[in-house]
Amino acid sequence: MEALGVMPEPRPTEPVRPLDVSRLKKDFPILERQVHGKRLVYLDSASSSQKPLVVLEAMDHYYETTHANVHRGVYEIAEEATALYEEARAKVARFIGARGPEEIVFTKNATEAINLVAYTWGRTNLGPSSAMVTSEIEHHANLVPWLQLRGEKGTELRYLRLRPDGTLDLSELPRLVDGAGLLAITAASNVLGTLPPVRQLADVAHAAGALVLVDAAQSVPHTPTDVAALGADFIAFSAHKMLGPTGIGVLWGRRELLEAMPPFLTGGEMIRDVGLDGFSTNDVPWKFEAGTPPIAEAVGLGAAVDYLSALGMASVRAHEQALTRYALGRLKERYGDNVVIYGPPEAEERAGVISFSYKDVHAHDISQVLDEAGVCVRAGHHCAKPLMRLLGVPATARASFSVYNDQADVDVLVEALSRADALFG
Amino acid sequence: MPGLEDLYREIILDHYRNPRNRGELPSPPALRAEGFNPLCGDEVVVSLELEGDVISDLKVSGQGCSISQSSASMMSTAVRGKTVAQARGTIKAFRAMMSLHGQQLDGRPEGTGAGPWANEVPAGTALGDQPGTAEALAGDGGADERSAAEVAADEGVELGELEALQGVVKFPVRIKCATLPWHTLAQALDEAEKDKA
Repeated sequence: MEALGVMPEPRPTEPVRPLDVSRLKKDFPILERQVHGKRLVYLDSASSSQKPLVVLEAMDHYYETTHANVHRGVYEIAEEATALYEEARAKVARFIGARGPEEIVFTKNATEAINLVAYTWGRTNLGPSSAMVTSEIEHHANLVPWLQLRGEKGTELRYLRLRPDGTLDLSELPRLVDGAGLLAITAASNVLGTLPPVRQLADVAHAAGALVLVDAAQSVPHTPTDVAALGADFIAFSAHKMLGPTGIGVLWGRRELLEAMPPFLTGGEMIRDVGLDGFSTNDVPWKFEAGTPPIAEAVGLGAAVDYLSALGMASVRAHEQALTRYALGRLKERYGDNVVIYGPPEAEERAGVISFSYKDVHAHDISQVLDEAGVCVRAGHHCAKPLMRLLGVPATARASFSVYNDQADVDVLVEALSRADALFG
Repeated sequence: MPGLEDLYREIILDHYRNPRNRGELPSPPALRAEGFNPLCGDEVVVSLELEGDVISDLKVSGQGCSISQSSASMMSTAVRGKTVAQARGTIKAFRAMMSLHGQQLDGRPEGTGAGPWANEVPAGTALGDQPGTAEALAGDGGADERSAAEVAADEGVELGELEALQGVVKFPVRIKCATLPWHTLAQALDEAEKDKA
């Protein structure tokens, strides 16, 4: 196993400042609207976050003043569009501690980013005699691509098990990674909020010669990310969960790996030369960006990164952790054992997501009742069906937080839940 | 804006709290079909016995939200003891009731258009429904622009308390919850006819 490469200088620890949420809320136009005559209380950011005005304006401004295709025209606005697109890439690179923008591949979303690795690196490097390791708590996006690969290549797929306390049983890891070529693990469970110790897992995986892919869709929007400190070889995340637009996601990969990988989607943009007998590929990252990319979305993502960076990701994490602690406490205090919360019990050990059930009321009905109070929560299996089977529930309700949520939002949720008693009690 | 009382009618909640014909019949001889909503994990199992053309016994089991489970319970009381033809007629009428109304699709505000029984959209176009469900429910695969009342009259069946579920249409994402048991019943009846053939 080669070394991780040149480690960048560790970034200075960010100061933690309290977020002024009443002011932040004004940055998000959608939070001004009402539903069913009630203030919108949006608690589904783990599914998709809302967007601040600066993101919307950046995209509008781009379309109003600058739009042209990138990497093609020699005229002024095409140059400007290309510069904006590449500037967004550089912003993302700095945001996650990448060595350079060439390590940032824009994809459609985190799902496509993981598929890109499965289809290119995976199908080149994994076969019937190798193995992959993932966990029982993964989102389908970090499970189905590996199941598909197993089906095609006969590569064994092994699982880190869930423990009753909502954490992963790490004791089996050395055995699981023995002979494995890949560890694919979430940095934060979208259902349980579990935060696997990615660095520790990565070190064990690397020692066994495996590469490490981190599904960072639920971590990059909520906590400081430094890919070198994480010990990852690939990470995947989506813009729409981090205050940015839909339609764009990111694959970060170590440059040497990206360069050695075959292309994924093919066509325009990703080529250096094409003849009737074949083609050669462009440099990374463009090698993986076939066709006209999501330019305005990249601009929006760049604006979202600026917005989050101005708040400070350490401050974002501290805010959401405090809010999670408050919500866990309020739900327990109000409903006691009638509310069951899945995942690690302490806010320090989880991301800002709270999956819960209330008495034996189905999650759909909970979500419907909360909707009437203007509260948006997710109900269902959260694209993690194997995990739901382990939990023994067909569906849960899930509240999740972002920078624009405060204790008042939690209070509305807690109060509105009591309406379920009137209907289903 | 529809309120919760449009969705959670008292009779629906009663069927949810006290489900009728709950359980499974030994299969065989009973015919059994399973319906599954992959989006929310709702499950309905229908088992039924035929004596000639009559559904002599029928039970439903499964798990899910109040709408899917109450719809299953109400369905069981509606078709148990009825002929296969009557059951299929009720499925058709229920399917018509669960399709979205023209007034919601063409953007006119609610209440300004025709009543909730008019302007049914053709089968298969109900928003939020599973692809093919409406068509499968219709049984004949054809478009049907008749209202639920017209379908019921033409089929010689009565919707009765099933009409309480019409409020579900105002909550499009829940339509598939209500139609899941009916889809499953249609499958079980299809199996029965295959057995005969």
